[in-house]
Amino acid sequence: MSAKKEELRIGFYVCHCGHNIAAMVDCAVVARYVETLPGVALSRDYKYMCSDPGQELIQQDIREHRLNRVVVASCSPLLHEHTFRGAVEAGGLNPFYFHMVNIREHDSWVHTDRGEATEKAKALARAAIQRVAHHKALEIKKVEIHPDVLVVGGGIAGIHAAMTLANAGKKVYLVEREPSIGGHMAKFDKTFPTLDCAACILTPKMSEVGSHPNITLWTYSEVTKVDGFVGNYTVQVKRKARYVNEDLCTGCQDCISHCVFKEPKFADDFNEGLGKRKPIFIPFPQATPQAVLIDPEVCLNFKRNKNPDGSPVVGDKCKKTCVEACGEKHAIDFTQKDTLQEVKVGSIIVCTGFKTYDAGRSPAYGYGNYKNVYTALEVERLVNASGPTGGEVILREGKNADGSPKTPKSIGIIHCVGSRDKKTNLWCSRVCCMYSMKLAHLLREHTGAEMYNFYIDMRTPGKGYEEFYNKLLEEGTHFIRGRVGEVTDWAMTPEEEGRLVIRVEDTLAGVVRRIPVDMVVLATGLEPQADAGEVRRLFNMSCGGDGWFLERHPKLAPVSTFTDGVFLAGCCQGPKDIPDTVAQAGAAAAEALVLIDKGYIEQEPNTAHILEDECSGCKSCIPLCPYTAILFDEGRKKAYINEALCKGCGTCVGSCPSASIVQNLFDDQEIFSEIEGVLAYD
Amino acid sequence: MPKPKVAFYWCASCGGCEETVVDLAEDILGVVEKVDIVLWPVAMDFKYKDVAAMPDKSIVATLLNGAIRTSEQEELAVLLRRKSQYLIAYGACAQLGGIPALANQFSREQILKFNYEDCPALVNEKKTRPQIHFEEAGRAPHLPEFRNVVRTLDQVVDVDFYIPGCPPTPKLTKAAFDALLGGKLPPKGSVLAPDIALCDECERKATKPTNVAFTEFKRPHQALADPTKCFLAQGMVCMGPATRSGCGAACTSGNMPCTGCFGPTSRVRDQGAKILSSLCANVEAKDEEGIRKTLAGIPDPVGTFYRYGLAKSILRRKVDLAMTGNGH
Repeated sequence: MSAKKEELRIGFYVCHCGHNIAAMVDCAVVARYVETLPGVALSRDYKYMCSDPGQELIQQDIREHRLNRVVVASCSPLLHEHTFRGAVEAGGLNPFYFHMVNIREHDSWVHTDRGEATEKAKALARAAIQRVAHHKALEIKKVEIHPDVLVVGGGIAGIHAAMTLANAGKKVYLVEREPSIGGHMAKFDKTFPTLDCAACILTPKMSEVGSHPNITLWTYSEVTKVDGFVGNYTVQVKRKARYVNEDLCTGCQDCISHCVFKEPKFADDFNEGLGKRKPIFIPFPQATPQAVLIDPEVCLNFKRNKNPDGSPVVGDKCKKTCVEACGEKHAIDFTQKDTLQEVKVGSIIVCTGFKTYDAGRSPAYGYGNYKNVYTALEVERLVNASGPTGGEVILREGKNADGSPKTPKSIGIIHCVGSRDKKTNLWCSRVCCMYSMKLAHLLREHTGAEMYNFYIDMRTPGKGYEEFYNKLLEEGTHFIRGRVGEVTDWAMTPEEEGRLVIRVEDTLAGVVRRIPVDMVVLATGLEPQADAGEVRRLFNMSCGGDGWFLERHPKLAPVSTFTDGVFLAGCCQGPKDIPDTVAQAGAAAAEALVLIDKGYIEQEPNTAHILEDECSGCKSCIPLCPYTAILFDEGRKKAYINEALCKGCGTCVGSCPSASIVQNLFDDQEIFSEIEGVLAYD
Repeated sequence: MPKPKVAFYWCASCGGCEETVVDLAEDILGVVEKVDIVLWPVAMDFKYKDVAAMPDKSIVATLLNGAIRTSEQEELAVLLRRKSQYLIAYGACAQLGGIPALANQFSREQILKFNYEDCPALVNEKKTRPQIHFEEAGRAPHLPEFRNVVRTLDQVVDVDFYIPGCPPTPKLTKAAFDALLGGKLPPKGSVLAPDIALCDECERKATKPTNVAFTEFKRPHQALADPTKCFLAQGMVCMGPATRSGCGAACTSGNMPCTGCFGPTSRVRDQGAKILSSLCANVEAKDEEGIRKTLAGIPDPVGTFYRYGLAKSILRRKVDLAMTGNGH
């Protein structure tokens, strides 16, 4: 069916969308104008085109008025293009003989002059009428969905998503950057508001992940490349050398006790540098997998220079007592190298989490300058029974008279460090009020110290959260409302000597106060990961101005991204607590299951194809395709587009220097007639 | 039976196109044998009145080279259109504007002011500019008017066919004559050359990597070009991917990159925009500073990408003046 062979009979419908459009655009005037345009067989305005009667109207008109093209001027195609294509198809026409004009988001919602908005609607309608004449019948193709899922990040979000899918019988690849899964939650002592032990509820899930037959767990690994599209992603994962064969290591840790370093000497990341570890170590006792690893930067058996491939040069200086201790297991392998592995998956769940605000960026609070100023995460480790001090809260600086380590008698917790601040981050990190109160409770429990919490506003919206606040008030924690000005060691009274003084305007009392304490805890906020930008590009996601990954719709598609088949869960999307993270992880797993259970996706036929005779084989298009859909046919010396991979982005079409690539729904004739249509209107 | 009449005419051009006709060498004898040349100012003496006196459509084909800048060129184009059954735009200038069309970067006033007042090598104390009418020593010569912009032939009159090139090759010219005399002409408006880009016939094609990822651009005088490797792979702008083939890859065979004289393929509206889109998308740097550095290797983008196609391009002129006016 082509426009040349048969008379063009376009049906045009302009939707009032209640008052959404009609209040700013005179729909009847638009309909009367379009009626006069060449090729238009009928033109109507109607209150709600998306309603059942509206769709029925289109179908009836196609049959009664022999329409062969349909244009609807209404809202965004994102919302109802699908609806109207369906109506056109139900009326007996190919659904791609339809074109949609957005006169709501692009017109009525953004203008204030009714006359001009109506003129704009007429121009846009004319452009669509001119364009739709060139539309061709197209066919929707179905593409199979690969049933496996990649989960990126092994914090509580990734763990929960992976477990949900694995329990549903789906194969999951869980990739974690650190040597163990567990994420930030594994570092927490207790969780608010119930004060469950974080390890007690998390570590059973971690070992379940480690032993689940449907989960392939790759720790100490990073995704380096993602190709393909929804249903058919090819993902390259770099598995970093841990110099220990994970499959052979039993986690007995004999190697650690036999290391030539008798005492742990190197800062221990898991304990926020508060503890020490050896060159061969396991991040924490319940680490999953239960496998040690070697830090080549400090291990004596490695030289400090690098091979051309970037790997450290293996030396022969060390006695290798670890290897002896490992014995028959032969798990230690100094020659291990980073390897790249490729997996095919149909969908991806990104749970890459957050980093905490660097307290050093707020110098007035003295972190790094005064030793007894701590970050909240450090205190989590300090109060933890398996932490560097065995759960004893002892200060970094100062001794008791008998020379024993000093325990604080009074502690100040400063809220909103790096949150709700124009100088740092504007957002509320959502968890700090609650964890600050949790830490106040725990520190008091451990030390009996006098507790001061300095807050701007208390934010406790959550189940049992306000009750927790009440509990803290009853416990006698002092809550002082005001943003702390500074932490100083400059004493003005004998009582302040040798202590840290918190200067704050108490905005409830209306006075500036100086509160001397032994220990200061900074409730640092949450920030996007340092490499969030690269991760975003890797998975083709968007982010907001603040750097958090962007969900497709804040309310109605909260775990979807703008890339089909890529979902989000946890703090990489924005700060949230554990219950919300787990709920989101479950939702993301459900979204992936929807895809897998449907088994296929319908592909928009807006794909591009090469005009074979005209292609000169210059290869300009090939590297530009974001979906690696273009290949070079070495036999014919011409480019070739794999239609199943093409997502219709149009990059190759625009870049083809001899215009030998054509895209369905966006061929030159369609685009130029649309432009001419919108410009011709006066 | 009288032999078919053929005319050659030149407008704003360098004479290179005329050379091609001569370059037909012995083939020209075959042409002369079959046709009557009724107008060829470069080789024979004719007067305008001779042309005006011919009956309309009495010339089978006129091959007109050169762009249209002056009123005289416009008059002759209109006159020859009326006298000819087929009007053929011969060469890049008639087809696309060619080198003369680079003047469209400047206004008429800028051009006249520079050439008659500001040019350092000029002695013209009275700042005299060409006049359409003037009297001197009892004579009253009449000069053509200098129009606002350079136009292609088809921006002035209806054109039947195009023979591309700066200049067109003898091979294409002969093929055009053969088609014309043999009555095997393609649809009106066709360019009488293959509709595929130059890479197709370039011997260096196989050496172009899949990902050229430009890190710098060099001009031909800045480096010794590898005589076998794709110019783009060597960081030299080559218009080949955006240029119609048919020249036999003459420049790349002579170790010079293609400058685009055959114009774009039929599917392209703007040759310069197309090659820009392709080259810039393949620049390796993705940050602004890196992109700026790489593109600094192309100091004259208009002269590089629109060397022959500025009149025909969708770019606006320096000043959006009427095409036919003279600025007064």
